[in-house]
Amino acid sequence: MKLETLETVNVERAARRPVIVVTDTDNGEQRLVKAADIATDPLRAELAKQLRMGKSGTIEVGGKKLFLNVYAPTAKLVIVGAVHISQALAPLARSLDYDVTVVDPRTAFASPERFPDVPLIAEWPDVALPPLNIDHYTAFVALTHDPKIDDPALLHAFARDCFYIGALGSRKTHAKRGERLKARGARDSDIARIHAPIGLAIGAVSPSEIAVSIMAEITAKLRLPAPEKEQAA
Amino acid sequence: MLNRDEDILKAAEDWQKAGHGVALATVVETWGSAPRPAGSSLVINDDGTFLGSVSGGCVEGAVVTEALDVIASGKPKMLEFGVADETAWNVGLSCGGTIRVFVEKVGQS
Repeated sequence: MKLETLETVNVERAARRPVIVVTDTDNGEQRLVKAADIATDPLRAELAKQLRMGKSGTIEVGGKKLFLNVYAPTAKLVIVGAVHISQALAPLARSLDYDVTVVDPRTAFASPERFPDVPLIAEWPDVALPPLNIDHYTAFVALTHDPKIDDPALLHAFARDCFYIGALGSRKTHAKRGERLKARGARDSDIARIHAPIGLAIGAVSPSEIAVSIMAEITAKLRLPAPEKEQAA
Repeated sequence: MLNRDEDILKAAEDWQKAGHGVALATVVETWGSAPRPAGSSLVINDDGTFLGSVSGGCVEGAVVTEALDVIASGKPKMLEFGVADETAWNVGLSCGGTIRVFVEKVGQS
C-alpha cells in the first residue's frame, strides 16, 4: 500500500467519511475510492453494496480477483430522553456496535444509576448536541414526549442528515409535532423523514420490546437497499 | 475488538514515517468458521512488533515471519491457512476454517 493511500484512509476515517480500498490481489495494484466518488465508479454497484453492508470481501470482475476493503465509520446512536425505553435501548444498541449517547436535561432522568456505562449529557439539546458531531452515520431518536426537548433535537437531526430519525408518539401526537416543527422552519420533506410511531410494527408492549422494534427499524434503514427500505418503513 | 482498525492503520502510518519498514496483512477471504472476518488486519514492523489480529492468535506468528520477508522484498504475498493438510496443526486454525491473508509492504510505490 502506498503511504499516500494509507494517509488518505486515515484522514477519511478520522473525518467519519467511508472509504473503500480496491486491491487486485494477484499483482498488488490498488486504488482508493471515497464514498463521494462511488456513484461514478465503474464498480459502483459492487462498491455500494459492500458499503451498505459495512463488509469487506473479495469479488471477481472480468476474471480478476479484487479485494474490496471497506472502511465505514462506526454508527452512532443519539438518544434524546433518558426514559425507561432508553434504559433498554442503550445497552441493546451497544451490543449492536453503536456508539451510544443519551441526552436529557432532566437530571432526575439522566442519572448514572439509571444508565451505567453509557455516556450521559444532562443538558438541553442546544448545548448537548452540537459537540456530538452528529452526522449521516448517526441514528437519532427522540423519546422524551416533551416538545420543549424533542422539537429542537429533531431540528438538529434534520440539519445533520441522520440516516435514521425516529420519534416517540402516536399518529395524532406526531401530526401536532409536524405542525410545530414546520412553524419553526422544517420542510415537509424533513417531517416525512421522521419514523413515527417509532419502531417496526411487531406489537411491542414493554420498554425492552419497544427497544427491539426501534433497533430493528434502524437496522433495516442501515442495511436494506432503498426500495426495500420503503416497504419496511 | 481490542484494537480498532483505525489504531492499526494509524500505527502503520506512524511506524512508516518513523523510518520503519512496515507491512500490512489483511484477511481477504474466509471459508467455514474463520475467527476474524475479511478486512481484519495486522500491521507488522521490521522489529517484529505487531498490532491487530487476523485470526485471534492462531496464525499470527507465521504471518509476522512472512511479513518480514515482504518488508525485505517489497513484493506482496498471498498466504492461505486452514486445516487441509497434515502440517496444519503447526500453523493452522483449530476452528476448522480457512483464511487467505494478503500481505503487502506499506510505502511501496
